[in-house]
Amino acid sequence: MTDMHAEGRSSRQPPSDAPPSEGLARSGQRRQLTPEEAAQMEEKIRKVELAISLVLRIGVVVSVAVISVGLGLMFAHHGSYVPIRGHFSYRKLTSRSTPFPHTFSALGRALARGEGRGIVVLGVLILILTPVLRVAVGVLSFIYEKDPPMTIVTLYVLAVLIGSFFLAGV
Amino acid sequence: MRELQRTTDCSYNTCVTPLDFVVSLALISVAAGVLGSLIGLGGGVVIVPVLTLLYHVDIRLAIGASIVSVIATSSGAAAAYVRERMTNLRAGMFLEIATTTGAVSGAYLTTILPARFLFVFFGLVLGYSSFATFRRRHVAEPLSVSNDRIANYFDLHGSYYDPAEDREISYKVVGTKLGLGLMYVAGLVSALLGIGSGALKVPAMDSAMHLPMKVSSATSNFMIGVTAAASAGVYFIRGQIDPIIAAPVAAGVLLGATFGARVLGRVTSKTVRLVFVIVLVVISLEMLQKGIFP
Repeated sequence: MTDMHAEGRSSRQPPSDAPPSEGLARSGQRRQLTPEEAAQMEEKIRKVELAISLVLRIGVVVSVAVISVGLGLMFAHHGSYVPIRGHFSYRKLTSRSTPFPHTFSALGRALARGEGRGIVVLGVLILILTPVLRVAVGVLSFIYEKDPPMTIVTLYVLAVLIGSFFLAGV
Repeated sequence: MRELQRTTDCSYNTCVTPLDFVVSLALISVAAGVLGSLIGLGGGVVIVPVLTLLYHVDIRLAIGASIVSVIATSSGAAAAYVRERMTNLRAGMFLEIATTTGAVSGAYLTTILPARFLFVFFGLVLGYSSFATFRRRHVAEPLSVSNDRIANYFDLHGSYYDPAEDREISYKVVGTKLGLGLMYVAGLVSALLGIGSGALKVPAMDSAMHLPMKVSSATSNFMIGVTAAASAGVYFIRGQIDPIIAAPVAAGVLLGATFGARVLGRVTSKTVRLVFVIVLVVISLEMLQKGIFP
């Protein structure tokens, strides 16, 4: 039975106690790795994990920063939003007829005028694009790990994601 | 003004102002982020009922906010889970084949299938999967052998370090075909109803594919962002993403998810399963109610 330890997938257990790998599934492609190769593979996988984690963190931090700036500007530009006790209800901003940018041209105009809500929408779009970027990094990392089956899998996911944005008419 | 005074948010000439709204929604969103990241469901489970029932926000805008909260939970928590090796990256990315395909085909099926039917169907499916998860509540030991050819070919097995048990746990994956099928349905439902993609992903991995519960939750968290992103473009163009709702939701959920990701390591798989079952029962009842008494 193929055991993961022999292939260096487990990073915290020593490879010495693992039974020999037979390359059960992809026979011919898999052979038992030497300890040096296993250590190299392990290091590569760790690098990939850290790269994906970093992409997600950067996306999250940038989008929160942009959203906060936008929200701050919304309140700075509209004095009636601010008081805790006031005559201005939030429902004027959350009804179906509330105007806010939802096309790229409208977003561009709102950003050019320095409108807070435009900047918030930009931050939300950065947040939406973070998982797409994460899949793109996944493709690159499986190429780096020299793993053709998983490269094809992630390429397919990336293609469907990008396709979905075009289908939406973005 | 007369119209506003009829509603609950204005009384004695003072209203819930945008500032009150943003601050209170951000605080609720922090809680939604903690819960969503812990059980791998995303924050939408809390956000949609809060927005529609408490703030009387239009359901279409609430679903847009839910998509934002799901992506925020996913990215916020996954950054930590991936670094701590709790997520099974390979299984997650492999199963995304089915979820993204389901999400895109769901966008076309909206016109064919009536929503009521979907709510009833999905309510029953979730009711069953909460039962299946509950039955597995004492199962802690993962599989050590797998004859699943797909799982072996793509090498989807893995191991993780469990801080609650203070040991490295390695596990084998089985039932990939059933898992892929359930993931396709999860993607489909997520696009059709705007909710519930994690609610099917966790049982698919925990019960059908025998991944450890914590790994299922962390991997579901990792995947829901991609499933939601596949339908987020549609929501943006349709004008369902309202900045004054999205801003506090995104910021609050991100903060909560980052915190929730620290909690998962310390609690036991049994606790995670029980919390998951409770939330799942609530969602399935909610769905059945929407389908039967709309």
